[in-house]
Amino acid sequence: MVEHLDTTTEPAIVEQVHAARAAGSTLAIHGGKTKDFYGNPVQADAELDCSIHRGVIAYEPTELAITVRAGTPLAEVEALLAEHGQEFPFEPPHFGERATIGGMVAAGLSGPRRPYAASVRDAVLGVRMLNGKGEVMDFGGRVMKNVAGYDLSRLMVGALGVLGVLLEVSIKVMPRPPGRITLIQEQDQASALASMQRWAGQALPITGTAWLCGRLHLRVAGSEEALSETQRILGGTPVAAAEADAFWTAVREQRLECFADEQALWRVSVPPATAADVIPDVELIEWSGALRWLKTELAGVTGSAVKPRRYGASAVSAVRANDRINDAGDVDAGAIRPWAAAAGGHATLFRAGASTPRPSDGVFAPLSPVVMRLHQRLKQAFDPDGLFNLGRLY
Amino acid sequence: MSRIPDERPLNPKPEVISELRRLLPAASVLATEAELAPYECDGLSAFQQRPLVVALPETVEQVQQIMQLCHRLEVPVVARGAGTGLSGGALPLADGVLLSLAKFNRIIAIDPANRSARVQPGVRNLAISEAVAPHGLYYAPDPSSQIACSIGGNVAENSGGVHCLKYGLTVHNILKLTLVSVEGELFEVGAEALDSPGLDLLALMTGSEGMLGIIVEVTVKLLPKPERAQALLASFDSVERAGAAVAEIIGAGIIPAGLEMMDNPAIRAAEAFVHAGYPVDAAAILICELDGFNAEVSVDVMRVRELLLGAGATDVRTAADDAERLRFWKGRKAAFPAVGRISPDYYCMDGTIPRRQLGPVLNRIAELSAEVGLAVANVFHAGDGNLHPLILYDANNPGELEQAESLGGAILELCVEVGGTVTGEHGVGVEKLNQMCVQFNRAELTQMHAVKAAFDPKGLLNPGKAVPTLHRCAEFGAMHVHHGALKFPELPRF
Repeated sequence: MVEHLDTTTEPAIVEQVHAARAAGSTLAIHGGKTKDFYGNPVQADAELDCSIHRGVIAYEPTELAITVRAGTPLAEVEALLAEHGQEFPFEPPHFGERATIGGMVAAGLSGPRRPYAASVRDAVLGVRMLNGKGEVMDFGGRVMKNVAGYDLSRLMVGALGVLGVLLEVSIKVMPRPPGRITLIQEQDQASALASMQRWAGQALPITGTAWLCGRLHLRVAGSEEALSETQRILGGTPVAAAEADAFWTAVREQRLECFADEQALWRVSVPPATAADVIPDVELIEWSGALRWLKTELAGVTGSAVKPRRYGASAVSAVRANDRINDAGDVDAGAIRPWAAAAGGHATLFRAGASTPRPSDGVFAPLSPVVMRLHQRLKQAFDPDGLFNLGRLY
Repeated sequence: MSRIPDERPLNPKPEVISELRRLLPAASVLATEAELAPYECDGLSAFQQRPLVVALPETVEQVQQIMQLCHRLEVPVVARGAGTGLSGGALPLADGVLLSLAKFNRIIAIDPANRSARVQPGVRNLAISEAVAPHGLYYAPDPSSQIACSIGGNVAENSGGVHCLKYGLTVHNILKLTLVSVEGELFEVGAEALDSPGLDLLALMTGSEGMLGIIVEVTVKLLPKPERAQALLASFDSVERAGAAVAEIIGAGIIPAGLEMMDNPAIRAAEAFVHAGYPVDAAAILICELDGFNAEVSVDVMRVRELLLGAGATDVRTAADDAERLRFWKGRKAAFPAVGRISPDYYCMDGTIPRRQLGPVLNRIAELSAEVGLAVANVFHAGDGNLHPLILYDANNPGELEQAESLGGAILELCVEVGGTVTGEHGVGVEKLNQMCVQFNRAELTQMHAVKAAFDPKGLLNPGKAVPTLHRCAEFGAMHVHHGALKFPELPRF
């Protein structure tokens, strides 16, 4: 299926990039501006609005792929997929009605289903993009398997626009499972983590796990036979469908009550079996333990009074040296990154109130010197004049 | 036949041999003609070149020292795993070091709780699944050469297998890589967590054909084994109908674990070779494997059976037991050696096309085949749209090799024309450099070279592979197999 597409929007974007380059000015790329909160602040002379470049270029449901312009609203694309009984398997968060496909790919954020199906990055098949020289380039393709040249399309996922402007993306889609149920179990954090690990080691059609406030929510999707078999194995109390859907949307969109304040919110990505006491005081655990969210009063290192905290046998000794809990009993933000790193993961300051000071080394965990050098050289390779989204990533 | 595609001027520096002997035990530096001979090609034996020297390090520190040495002397380095690659990605350079990772063959750690395993790059693909089987886990990508190919090579090529549609390629099934840079520094990309900060260098490294760094450790993701797998074998009297049946199954919301097609010449060759019980009069067969819960699989098998019959299948058989299921697969996996038995030579192509183009593309291939006068047998990862036409020819007949190459080039260009790609899973290597010129324009190729230079400014890592120079753009190239000269001919492939 092919829409009638406005043919003037791509040249308009290309023209703006050429003009900025000629003028020696810098650009902040944006779509629907729903994820402006994410990443470091951009220093730019002007904005490049990609939300004008919209429309579905190709969608043939039996090909399990869709090609759309980057400015197309995510909600419109998801509605189109749903009409054909399909969906994005990575359940992307929108963070606002104006969210676009380009923003979804540039931010690279996936929702509750990510560990059980795919990430945005897994599903991206190809991109059409502009580099810093204003050249339009196509990488990857619209087919499932493609090893012709470097995988530069997946490199764009999560790059937050620092390498170039996304014009079109081709994404793998999957059939929507015929049915789904959500089960709730009362469990403390440690036992919930143990349960999630046990089930993740079995071939079960789980599509979401969320532990908060002493309750483990489990979502399962599949055929009638698969649902009843899985429910028998998992146990727990089923939740009414509408209530369950609302809950998972709230998890995905961070509209749960625990997100509704101005505290700094940390996204901690760790190996799923990381013990509960290695990352203490979490609000929400997702992804069978691989994603944990916690909040701090302040986002930066406070240097405030520190009191020791007891750990179980699983704690890593490197963690202790950096362990900090302030007098109010809150986690000191400066402790979170060492905790995450010791567990084999990383921590991102995901959101913070506008007045909250950011960590001096940025919201993303620092990179090793070799990897940082590769980042700088890749930036140079795509955007030699430093046009796009300066400072957003590092 | 030996074709050397490398365009670089040779710059031999024999002193690298004596320097290597200072870093490694004597038995780990090979430099005599007899010692070098086994390394002169990988699984694509049409291209042969002996390296200046072969180095066989066994520690990461030794790899770092070798890279530091080669960087200082500006000697090119080609990394090699098991040497089963099909596009010449591990073809040595006459003035280069061939860095064999064969001694990196240990499984370092299995982490059942996190469902991951840390393995050295020389570990065989199948050895991973065997080692983790006691935990009820397996490593999903299963290239047909999995009994021999190494995980490091799988990462370098982003290898697939017959279960890609449901379980993904190598890029979807690895978590972390430890690499040595061209300068000899050690670094990691990815994490044991599901994501890592910064640019997705893990994705970039996967399928980069040894051009960006030397892989010294791979952390793979493991999956729990499904309760049951079941396979169906459907016969069709036309390839179009078989292609339409594929669309029917996927359109019905079913994602099979494997979905493979063979046309009549491929069916006949495979049946004569392994007696899989294939219907030799069918124009095409589909093999469809479903996995999951026992009850779920039973229902899906019935649904797929109805869909296949509705799409015009003349016969649909369900495997009576696991032995029969494996027999269905045996013919498919042996299709290439089977074709090798009936034709003195064959060319294998590796294009991927949108599935809906299958009928038109196969018809066009048949037309091209008739025009040139060379037979073509087709096997097809139908679920993924990955087509492997085998062009049958005899290199002893003057002109047939050139005709086969010309036909192969036309087929790959056809794949690009209908919206596909010149290589789905075998890589570019040296073999498809020309087709890369068909698929990518000047700006795109220049961008790829800039990415290469970001990792390897002096161009010492596997130079001349994967991305053609701008002045190279010519017409064709394809996997060339001469008189059973495919290495490890006993291995099932693709």
